Order: sequence, then structure tokens, then C-alpha cells
Amino acid sequence: MLKSLTTVQVWVHDQDEALAFYTEKLGLELRDDVTVPEMGNFRWLTVGVPGQEDVAITLMAIPGPPVFDEDTRRKITDLMATGASGGLFFATDDVQGTYEELRKRGVEFQQEPTEQPYGVDAGFRDPSGNSMRMAQLT
Amino acid sequence: MTPVPPARHVLRAKDLADARYREPLDVPTLARAAHLSPAHFSREFRRKFGETPHRYLLMRRLERAAALLRNTDRSVADICLTVGLSSVGSFTTSFGRAFGLSPTAYRAAHPPAAKRARVPTCVLLAQARPQTAVLEKTTGAGAASVADGTDDTGGRRC
Repeated sequence: MLKSLTTVQVWVHDQDEALAFYTEKLGLELRDDVTVPEMGNFRWLTVGVPGQEDVAITLMAIPGPPVFDEDTRRKITDLMATGASGGLFFATDDVQGTYEELRKRGVEFQQEPTEQPYGVDAGFRDPSGNSMRMAQLT
Repeated sequence: MTPVPPARHVLRAKDLADARYREPLDVPTLARAAHLSPAHFSREFRRKFGETPHRYLLMRRLERAAALLRNTDRSVADICLTVGLSSVGSFTTSFGRAFGLSPTAYRAAHPPAAKRARVPTCVLLAQARPQTAVLEKTTGAGAASVADGTDDTGGRRC
């Protein structure tokens, strides 16, 4: 029996840029940042929503050989940049206020706060093109 | 630092169409957001998303117009302008091609917007109350105490 979800993953084109975006612009906190030399300098980098200790987001660089061949890496990179490699859904108590704050910090929105039957939601992207949404549920 | 993949810039232009379709956007403006020449941009966009940016923007506007037809009682002309289109004639034509129905027929095929509106209970409580002035006129001075008794704004405080 599975017990809980602990970690989700998004592909990023640059881990440093992603870390800056997720922490400085979205206001998430850094959880892990570990580089393993014996694994080809693999960097395990995670962030999380302050107060939600048991769920982390892994900001994963797209690996080349030996994990993925060049063609696969190129395809994943392309899907990510096209906005087609998944995304994250966040909850907020104040969509409008968060929208204004994030916009001020330079976050790119593709949907401003919109009334939906379940509440108000808005959509934005991370620098790599991943889709992010936030909803204020009723 | 790893540079952003080129497709990311085309995605930015698509996001711009989604976010600002209400404004007089055109393909050259979208191309600038992608840092590409309009011709190159249109090709790249079509390669990535399967349709030209011009068509993508038009379809976004028509999709939004359909939602307004379903969810509001605003006029077709007003909705046309609201979604960033300037000609009601070509709006009606494009809408018919996309949905197989004219805007008015599309609206008629859906439940009236008033039925779908989620008006808060407090507003309904306040707005649906009979007018006390009418009550006074029809029942005379005897109804004054009734009018006084209901003359609070409790129902409107929300």
C-alpha cells in the first residue's frame, strides 16, 4: 500500500536559473542541493512550499548519456520548451494578490485570474516553459 | 548557464496570445515576443503547434467569445469587441465556421446565463425582498409596523 506522495519532478533547462525562479520569484524554499561527483556531477535539487514539509519539487536537469541518448535528451528539451512536459498546480488563499505580486517580480502569466466553477485560478510559466497554475478554491 | 531552448520563445508568443487576446494583437507583435521575424515566426509556430499564429489567436478569441455567449447576457457585438475582434461581420462568419452555429444560435443552444450565474445567497436574499414601500401603499398605515420591522439592511450586508 502506498502511503503518501513526497516528490514531484519538473525538467528544467538550467538548474541555477530554475532555483532562482522558484525561490526568489515564487517564494518557495530550498530543500536539497547535493552534487554527486561519482555520478557525473548529478545534482539533486529540490524546493518546496513553505509550511508543506512533506512534498518537494525536484528541479531536474535533463540528463544526456548514459541516462538518455542525445536524441532523447533533445526531444525532452524540445517538449519542455514547448510547454508539453507537464506542470505543477498550487493552491493560494489570494489569487489576485499573488498574481499581482508575482507579475511585479517578472513572472510570465499566460492566464490572469479567472472565475471558474471551483474558484479562481491563474496560469503562469517557469523559465523553462513548464506550466504552473494556482487556484483559490471555493 | 544553459541558454533557453529556442522553442521557449515561440511558447512565450503563444502565451501572449492567450493572455492578451483582448488587445489588438497581431502576428508581428507576437513575433517580436518570440524574437523572430514575422515570416520565420509563423513557420516555427506552425511547426510547433500545428497551426499558424494568426489562426491560433483567432481560435482563442472565438473560444472566449463562446464562453461569454454561454455565461453572460451581453450582446454579440459587445462580445466581439471584448475578445479583441473589431468587425462583427467577420466575427459572425468565423464563429459559424468554428462552431457550426451563428453566435445567437450557439447562445440559444445553451441554458440561459442567468440560470448558470452563481449569485451569492446574500444578494438573492436582499434583491428578492418585496419592496416595503409597495407594501405600505397597498395595505395602508396598518402596515407601518411591518415595514419598520423589516427595515434593516441585514440581508444586504455581505
